[in-house]
Amino acid sequence: MVDTALNTTSVADGLLTDDGKSLKAKLALATRRNKLRAFLLVAPLLVFILVTFLWPIGVMLYRSVYSPNFGETFYRTAIAIKDWDGKDLPSEDVFAAFVADLVQAKKDRTIGKAGTRINYEISGARSLFTSSARKAKKLEPPYKEALIGVKEQWGERNLWSTIKRLTGSYTASFYLASLDRRYNKDNQIVTQPEERQIYLPLFLRTFWIGGLVMVFCIILGYPIAYLLSILPLRTSNLLMIMVLLPFWTSLLVRTTAWIAILQREGIVNDVLVFLRIISDENRIQMIYNQAGTIIAMTHILLPFMVLPLYSVMKTIPPSYMRAARSLGATQFTAFTRVYMPQTLPGVGAGSVLVFILAIGYYITPALVGGRTGTLISNVIAGHMQKSLNWGLAAALGSLLLASVLVLYWLYNKIVGVDKMKFG
Amino acid sequence: MNKALKYSISAAVAAVVGLSASAWAAELTVVSWGGAYTKSQVKAYHEPFTAKTGVKINSEDYSGGLAEVKAQVESKNVKWDIVDVELSDAVRGCDEGLLETIDPAILPPAPDGTPAAKDFIDGALSDCAVANIVWSTIYAYDKTKFPNNAPKTMADFFNVKDFPGKRGMRKGPKPNLEFALMADGVAPGDVYKMLATPAGVDRAFAKLDSIKDSVVWWEAGAQPPQLLADGEVAMTTAYNGRIFGAVASENKPFEIVWDGQILDLDLFVIPKGAPNKKEALEFIAFATDTQRLADQAKYISYGPARKSSGPLVGKFQDGKIDMAPHMPTAADNMKVALLNDFAFWADYQDELNERFTAWLAK
Amino acid sequence: MALPSYAGPGERIWYYSFRVVCGAIFLFLILPVLIVVPLSFNAEPYFTFTSGMLSFDADAFSLRWYADIFKNGMSAPNDAFSWAWISDSWSNAQWVHSTKNSFFIAIWVTILATSLGTLAALGLSQSELPFRGALMGILISPMIVPLIITAAGMYFFYSDVGLAQTYIGVILAHTALGTPFVVITVTATMIGFDRSLIRAGANLGAQPHTVFFKVIMPLILPGVISGGLFAFITSFDEVVAVLFLSGFEQRTIPRQMWSGIREQISPTILAVATILVCISIVLLSTVEILRRRSEKMRGIRPV
Repeated sequence: MVDTALNTTSVADGLLTDDGKSLKAKLALATRRNKLRAFLLVAPLLVFILVTFLWPIGVMLYRSVYSPNFGETFYRTAIAIKDWDGKDLPSEDVFAAFVADLVQAKKDRTIGKAGTRINYEISGARSLFTSSARKAKKLEPPYKEALIGVKEQWGERNLWSTIKRLTGSYTASFYLASLDRRYNKDNQIVTQPEERQIYLPLFLRTFWIGGLVMVFCIILGYPIAYLLSILPLRTSNLLMIMVLLPFWTSLLVRTTAWIAILQREGIVNDVLVFLRIISDENRIQMIYNQAGTIIAMTHILLPFMVLPLYSVMKTIPPSYMRAARSLGATQFTAFTRVYMPQTLPGVGAGSVLVFILAIGYYITPALVGGRTGTLISNVIAGHMQKSLNWGLAAALGSLLLASVLVLYWLYNKIVGVDKMKFG
Repeated sequence: MNKALKYSISAAVAAVVGLSASAWAAELTVVSWGGAYTKSQVKAYHEPFTAKTGVKINSEDYSGGLAEVKAQVESKNVKWDIVDVELSDAVRGCDEGLLETIDPAILPPAPDGTPAAKDFIDGALSDCAVANIVWSTIYAYDKTKFPNNAPKTMADFFNVKDFPGKRGMRKGPKPNLEFALMADGVAPGDVYKMLATPAGVDRAFAKLDSIKDSVVWWEAGAQPPQLLADGEVAMTTAYNGRIFGAVASENKPFEIVWDGQILDLDLFVIPKGAPNKKEALEFIAFATDTQRLADQAKYISYGPARKSSGPLVGKFQDGKIDMAPHMPTAADNMKVALLNDFAFWADYQDELNERFTAWLAK
Repeated sequence: MALPSYAGPGERIWYYSFRVVCGAIFLFLILPVLIVVPLSFNAEPYFTFTSGMLSFDADAFSLRWYADIFKNGMSAPNDAFSWAWISDSWSNAQWVHSTKNSFFIAIWVTILATSLGTLAALGLSQSELPFRGALMGILISPMIVPLIITAAGMYFFYSDVGLAQTYIGVILAHTALGTPFVVITVTATMIGFDRSLIRAGANLGAQPHTVFFKVIMPLILPGVISGGLFAFITSFDEVVAVLFLSGFEQRTIPRQMWSGIREQISPTILAVATILVCISIVLLSTVEILRRRSEKMRGIRPV
């Protein structure tokens, strides 16, 4: 049909079908129809994923730059402050507009929201706004002096340049915050003081733990994938169950199991105490820290390394190794020079997959991470649910997503997503 | 987002489920903190309320914070009628317009006729919230671990040399910074003034530094008694009701140290646009009357928010333990006590959270 | 690969030590999954083996945590066993409630994800499809995007359209997360699929839908079922989206476990975990049997 006919297009140019149309046109029509049919089959899922998955994520990430709330509340100020050059304090017009906005914000009960927004930039600004709003109604011109009379912070230039910045609908400050940067008095971007730098170290830690988990998965996964590939099928199928069963077992079950095994009153410690290797008082802290996270995550992600490795290793004919041996190579040389290079695609595929999944992990670090084992996902969840700083959560999320997408693209280059297989 | 899309999806969903708001009219959704605390509310408030009015109550658990309320209110899709929140969240939610205002005039007066506004303790009534209990964060220790020399003051908690063993603390700046300053000798009255200055914050962190290596961090209120019971820690900060529960119901050898306790309130609020506002107000008026608040103390050792409930507090549900001395508000327990300053935390929580997270990671 | 007879002592040592190392790794993989089983029969409320358990003292074992699954949340758990007790447990026990939810949600997810995913896989396996790589990339992305980002996005969106804290919301979210597995599994089945069979069917006069149900379907069915089971287990195990999207009413087993592990650690969790391990064993065996069947049907013989 189509695929054979395509090769003969040049011949088909002059040919006619029995209803008198050009064969070429008919073929083109058939191809188009096939294309359309294939696309229509994909379309329902595509629409579904776009609507229930990609669109929501897009909307969420948009919050990282779009924050119109403050500007909407202080809309008079937004207009008045536009011409302020940022050198001295703003003019009386700006103060008058600001007081009018304060009065209205108090009435509309929008002051708290705006105050929370500016509090992300300047700690303590929230109560400055809410308490001043309570008094704003009674203020008399000149407003500049009146407002500074209420609280002397209103005379700080830094506050006003922050206000000016926030009256815009779009902001870069969430991204700056997620990179441990902020604006200073003169609107320049500077690094946060050391005791407030958290996100960059956290990203580094996330990548570091992800990398360690990946390395451990290679170290543990490579030998067993190799063993599985050289054993007779009957035996290897049986052993494969040991890889697949954890894979099919709930993440929470496995995490719980690790808590039971590693905690202070847990199995490993009990055994060590029983064998008199450690004393009862000096039980080792193996969980609720980085070590616990790494152990549990390695266990959980190991199948994702073994499966791609195994499928690559199975395709390597054993005769290559035998040929190398018969040409005089030692076992070791034959393995490292002949066998290993052929498995690299499998190692690459497994590593990227494990790394991608590891840096986005949430559940396991949240349960066993303790102080030193939490990852960037946990902080995103914290900003979503606890501190309600959704803009910052979105900014951190989009940075994480960006790194994942780069790796995903890389994975697609190395293996192609359609080559992914389970079991 | 795209309005047309939003409405078409909403319409489709409504059509599919066949759900309409009216189907839920006679049911209230009351959201609280779970565990023994929710149980005490069900016994003292929900069951009598349903018996009296016939309104069914769905009790849901949450882990605190305004996230869900905010998401529901902002999307105009409110499912919750009443939420039990902390003071700082009640104030913040009210300021941000997330909560309905509650007129204190709807609340019944005390049995002796004192109007509700006077009967509730200071700070228990605000524009949007009515308090039901006073609770406190204290620290407790395992008696078996300190047979001879029991810890007595907040400073002892930070003294790992004379009182060896792991410590449990809440994973967050609040209220550890307050504890640290009090342990360092700052009078309760000066704690928040000091914390508002960089030097004060440094001092609090320095004090925390001294025990950092011995600390096990907890997040949920149910964890501290568990940590003590498992022997993971020798002493831990905790909510007083949880420790009382473990002692009273499970006979655990725990002892509360009231020195340096930090008092806080739990309040009922109504999210803006709640589906059954009328019934919700009725419920709040019912649940916070003098007798109901006193009843709750039968099930958990949190103090009632009305002065007139105090004398009515009787015995624990087992009929043996006298509850009055276990209330955070008992005179003996109030010698060195600090009232949580919600305004301070509303202002500084973002900065101090960041600093705390950075400190933890070091 | 057995040890050849000409192997020297060095190779012999290597051969055995390699197998010992592999054995240890296999134990590392499987032990944590199996260890929860004996622990769940602990009579004491601990997460570890008591001395009684180690000496196989019958009193050290008990089924109390399994009983707790049915009792926790009941209004009268200590009444005599009767129909009233069962109906109390069925409607009030928290774990029973979340089990019903988990199955209800996972079954709907399986149906939706399998239909959508299979259709898409049929389209994706046709070489005529334009932008095949890009489409595949998009359709697989729910598996790759960190769950916290997915959950956060859905949280806002579903709140907006009124789906947060509803069963439909959770089902839609899980369907999105489950379809990649169906797409991947069914596409993999289609790779070995001989397209001339379709033409043969058409040639013999079959209508397209007859070809689909009589020729294509039987051949890809094992793949479809495996994919469906993957979707089922994805939904059945998922907790992050549920954390953000579900209300108390929609609590699933993993959600209940999550708060259990974080708050009131009790061996009931281990009892539930044991049941979950049994479910995974059943599912895994089904998938394995199907895979072999499919290989046989498509004429792929084990080498």
